[in-house]
Amino acid sequence: MTTDPAGPRRFLRHVLLCGAGVVMMYPLLWMISSSVKPSARVFTDESLWPATWDLGNYARGWSSLAEPFSLYLVNSAVIVTLSIAGNLLSCSLAAYAFARLRFRGRQVFFALMLGTMMLPGHVLVVPQYVLFDRLGWLNTYYPLLVPHFLATNGFYIFLMVQFMRSLPDELDDAARIDGCGPFRTFWKIIMPLCLPAFATTAIFTFIAVWNEFFAPLLYLTDPQLYTVPLALRQFMDSEGQSQWGEMFAMSFVSLAPVIGFFIAGQKYLVKGIATTGLR
Amino acid sequence: MTALRARRQDNAGYLFLLPWFGGILFTVGPFLASLYLAFTDYDLLTPPRWAGLANFRAMLDDGRLHQSLQVTFTYTLVSVPLSLAVALGVAMLLDRGVRGLAIYRSIYYLPSLLGGSVAIVMLWRYIFGYQGIVNDFLAWFGIQGPGWNSDPRFALSTLILLHVWTFGAPMVIFLAGLRQIPAMYYEAAAMDGASPWRQFRSITLPLLSPIIFFNLVQSLIASFQTFTQGYVISNGTGGPAESTLFYNLYLYQKGFAEFDMGYASSMAWLLLIIIAGFTAINFLAARYWVFYDN
Repeated sequence: MTTDPAGPRRFLRHVLLCGAGVVMMYPLLWMISSSVKPSARVFTDESLWPATWDLGNYARGWSSLAEPFSLYLVNSAVIVTLSIAGNLLSCSLAAYAFARLRFRGRQVFFALMLGTMMLPGHVLVVPQYVLFDRLGWLNTYYPLLVPHFLATNGFYIFLMVQFMRSLPDELDDAARIDGCGPFRTFWKIIMPLCLPAFATTAIFTFIAVWNEFFAPLLYLTDPQLYTVPLALRQFMDSEGQSQWGEMFAMSFVSLAPVIGFFIAGQKYLVKGIATTGLR
Repeated sequence: MTALRARRQDNAGYLFLLPWFGGILFTVGPFLASLYLAFTDYDLLTPPRWAGLANFRAMLDDGRLHQSLQVTFTYTLVSVPLSLAVALGVAMLLDRGVRGLAIYRSIYYLPSLLGGSVAIVMLWRYIFGYQGIVNDFLAWFGIQGPGWNSDPRFALSTLILLHVWTFGAPMVIFLAGLRQIPAMYYEAAAMDGASPWRQFRSITLPLLSPIIFFNLVQSLIASFQTFTQGYVISNGTGGPAESTLFYNLYLYQKGFAEFDMGYASSMAWLLLIIIAGFTAINFLAARYWVFYDN
């Protein structure tokens, strides 16, 4: 009969961690619970388990804004998909050059790339708006998409550079001896090995672009083009009508893809964030 | 032969970087343009007119600007250290082989992916509203809380709490860093009779300091540019009584509601200088507290 002296302390730690977990999750659970309560009871029925259910919130919320919610979801999905494609393509090309090719100016460009990672984006907003206005790109998706095809996010380049540097140099040598030029080597040898880094980039891009609010707010004024965050904001303009149930229902719809991606891609997220953080 | 190969590698390198060069034009061009616009009077319709230092002089008397600086500084200087401290604390609780680590980590990490979304900021409005769950909770103790978001004294605090709620991202980085500290350091220290606090001060903090530094720099830069939280919680006004008027929200109002783009550009540069200043101080101070192993 021996008792583990660390036992009580370990138990206490779990109590602490569980308590913190409940506090962290409570807002989300409350939102989900409110999304299936009748609007009038959202603030009177305090329990997480609804006393009365109203699943109609989802149907009514879907059609209560200027356009059906499916349109906003499709808009966001199109932008997210193209942004992911753009980031993967442009950042992997740049990363390959930085990680595995020798050329004049490489170190200068690499330093410049690291510098842009630290540059606060707000300084660019006004001139970029003027530029996109002159190009006739207001109320189009170009301002949201084109930057992704031009490798403007240094974090993803950096992540891929780190990953590519960890691959053995012999891969390139062997490919060269077999007569592969840099493009074939990149496409056939390096790309397939970088899938984990690509997965991380794709998930981060998904979450960042799906949640993005500022750029769509700036460039999209036509409700037909609205993304999900812009659409959700409309609920606040019609607040007087107290359609809380519907608002929380659509809020949950807007978060569900992020939560889904998080569950599916957790491994890559955690690994990716640890690499970019650690250098 | 080797010269030819070197040139070919040069060309290949530039080709691979082609999109990135385009992106640099997209960055450097606007960067310089905004510096120029900061010294002009510009409304988007008529060409910019040179105004010298007029924009910067106007800032001295702009009460809303001063308020927005105060809001942004308060928010940043409270929420960044607070959330990093929480992140480090929880990471240390999770570090030493806790059962269920993966589940705890997921639960704490998920909010950091959602915190910047419109849905969550809207949710925050209602959680901290007069009838929200925070007041329901306080009612158990017989306390009648105010409408936290509609009271200028508390509105910003709710957003600080939202920031702390997203401590999961730095926590994951801290966890990865803690795992790299060899366990034998702690064993040796324990054998020499070092208390847990002493171990934290003499082993954990110095070995983790480069990661703390990295997180600090990144969070400060991001936090100074907060926009969505202020915009959504106040429906674009920065209210109540300008208590959530973040700097970038005011910049947005100036540039894109009033179309005073010269002034907005000079504001952008003022914030850039502030951020650069803070980052420089960080790097200078790092000499005294950040410990690099190699």
